[in-house]
Amino acid sequence: MRLLLAAVAALALAVSVKGKPADVNDTAILSAEYPASLSAYGFFTGGADRPSPALLPYALRTPLFTDYAEKQRFLYMPADAKFSVDGDGRLQFPVGSALIKSFGYHDAAGKLNIIETRLLLHRAEGWVALPYVWNADGSDAVLKVGGARKPVDFTKPDGTKMSISYSVPNKNQCKQCHSTKDSVMPVGPVWQNLSFTNAKAQLAFEARGAAPAKLAALEAKWDDSKSGALEARALAYLRVNCGHCHKPTGSASNSGLFYDDHERNAAALGIGKRPVAAGRGSGNFDFVIEPGHPERSILIYRMKSTDPGIAMPELGRATAHDEGVALLEAWIKSLPVS
Amino acid sequence: MPTPAWTGFSATPPDEILGKLRWILQTCRMRMRDKGVYAIAAATLAISSSAAFAKTIVVAPGDDAQTRLQEALISAAPGDVVELGAGRFKLTDGLSLDVPKVTVRGKGSGQTILDFTGQLGAGEGLLVTSDDVVLRDFAVENTKGDGIKSKGADRIVYYQIRVEWTGGPKETNGAYGIYPVESQDVLVDSVLVRGASDAGIYVGQSRNIVVRNSVALENVAGIEIENSYDADVHDNLATKNTGGILVFDLPNLLQMGGKNVRIFENVVVDNSTPNFAPKGNIVANVPTGTGVMVMANRNVHVFDNMLGQNGTTNVMVVGYRYPHQDPKYDPIARGVAIWGNQHDKAGWDPKFPGSQQIATALGGSLPPIFWDGAGGDEAKPVVADPVPALSLGLADLKASPESAQPVMLQNSTNLPQELPRIRLPESMEAAVR
Repeated sequence: MRLLLAAVAALALAVSVKGKPADVNDTAILSAEYPASLSAYGFFTGGADRPSPALLPYALRTPLFTDYAEKQRFLYMPADAKFSVDGDGRLQFPVGSALIKSFGYHDAAGKLNIIETRLLLHRAEGWVALPYVWNADGSDAVLKVGGARKPVDFTKPDGTKMSISYSVPNKNQCKQCHSTKDSVMPVGPVWQNLSFTNAKAQLAFEARGAAPAKLAALEAKWDDSKSGALEARALAYLRVNCGHCHKPTGSASNSGLFYDDHERNAAALGIGKRPVAAGRGSGNFDFVIEPGHPERSILIYRMKSTDPGIAMPELGRATAHDEGVALLEAWIKSLPVS
Repeated sequence: MPTPAWTGFSATPPDEILGKLRWILQTCRMRMRDKGVYAIAAATLAISSSAAFAKTIVVAPGDDAQTRLQEALISAAPGDVVELGAGRFKLTDGLSLDVPKVTVRGKGSGQTILDFTGQLGAGEGLLVTSDDVVLRDFAVENTKGDGIKSKGADRIVYYQIRVEWTGGPKETNGAYGIYPVESQDVLVDSVLVRGASDAGIYVGQSRNIVVRNSVALENVAGIEIENSYDADVHDNLATKNTGGILVFDLPNLLQMGGKNVRIFENVVVDNSTPNFAPKGNIVANVPTGTGVMVMANRNVHVFDNMLGQNGTTNVMVVGYRYPHQDPKYDPIARGVAIWGNQHDKAGWDPKFPGSQQIATALGGSLPPIFWDGAGGDEAKPVVADPVPALSLGLADLKASPESAQPVMLQNSTNLPQELPRIRLPESMEAAVR
């Protein structure tokens, strides 16, 4: 069976490489310019719903919440290039690679309307993050380095109808979340958090990289109680939704509050920790997390708020993530009261 | 009734105060509005462009100001000036600058106004994350969170900037007005901040800092230096805040052990605005009517200031008296020295738990200088000001103020060696000349 899978994978690879690498423009990825139109890269053959066959779709077991937007993620690597996986499970992509992520909402008829596509381009001097906003007719998307706002109507999973001002981040805001030691870095692709919609996609993706010698166990999936214990799911949610800024090398380093891979001591997680620069984000509460008391925990207060002076995360949060809040409330409630 | 010697400024107090204020007024032309003093428009100085191929990107207020201004801040190249026209920029999102060596310059803090009243997103009005940036001659109003934040932005200069919540002190105002953090070399010069629900000017986890010639009005903390090394805070006016000037060190942060701070030649008077910080924040515990407050720092020198009309006290030195589990953190204030200050009335209405009883026991008011006693004799501040100073005798950090054993602190002339003056890179001083 293994052999067969490998053979299929090799075949998939051969097809994607030999079957004309689908006209992706490697020069656009590598040049020092910021192309004004998304079509310059050749990632899509027309609309956002027509990705080039050279793109490898993937998903995440626990994704970053962005106002309930649907996300479509793709990896592009130059022909013959391969990714590697470091000791933490982070995928390392060669220069010339691109991570492509489209954001949109389903309309009443069930059609997915893509609003924007964000690119992370791996150039010789490092990663560059650029936001492209799709035209009204969906034929192409244009670069908006200054960001944009779009009115969006959608229905939450619980049936609530929402009308929000959806925010396309500006180029600097892209970096704010994708920052490690002041350089732009990918956030999402971590081996133990990858998922795929089907086996074919998985084979095609995995054929383009070297799996870690010692495969890390899959991380708990935030919304699947069979995938891990409550705490594991809560920590996975915090890592994905907070850890990109709340890490010692990230945008929120000055908070002393860390949700990345390595920090697991109580104060760094906010347990019994007083706020530092929360301002009215404190909600008149004393601790980031007060064990047993989600209703008195600043973390929950800030996750529930949509006021820009209070809300966390700071970007992409015109809506509270009810299901994520519920998960963390349950976890905080379960923590032993000292 | 004979007036104790320390209840009035000695020598020629009114003129000295006026002289100091006059100096500040030269920088910020002030006028009265409502009940508060309100500063507008500083004179714009002519600046010569330095970089050979530097260009000036002009942005005017008007339609789509958000996008045009943000795109200018992104497209600027090192050496460029982003020039903001006169008028009101109505902004809906936080702005950010990530290009080094850029100057953002307005037409004056009364003429060029970045108005965030309609802000929908981002934690601050303007975020700077690049080095060698100069911000000057504009105002930021009514941000939902912080006013201007600069993080990891070395050699940042804030000059003739106004950050204001125009409704005055309110719990719903943003936390910090001017907020440099995690930076090497910081200059805050001739700014005015009003209404911050935490600190007007807050410098955190930074090194080599000068805050001068500035006005902090009606904030919870006027000026705060936190978890920072090597700072000069001088020639500022801190008035009508809850607390005037704070020097703090907090646990569980990447940079701790705050040290070497000089507070000198400031006017710290009438800090009387009832504390309006959201509870939970450390400054929510600053007693209304505090002049200068030192908490858990090392080597803080408070000298040649004018201090008065502060209802709790003029100078307070305390330990960090909250539970924490951080083995690397020292909660005791050490090496604090206080000399050469002029004290006007203080301590008649102290506002921390147990303080009224202490005041009653002392004949009705707290002295203008007090220390909580944290750390015992080896941590005792050196006080050379000829005014009464008190120790509450709470050597144990877990002891409550209600269990204070007040004793007078003996005056001492045994002052520590003066800390060296903070010197900033010449490029920073040149930017404000």
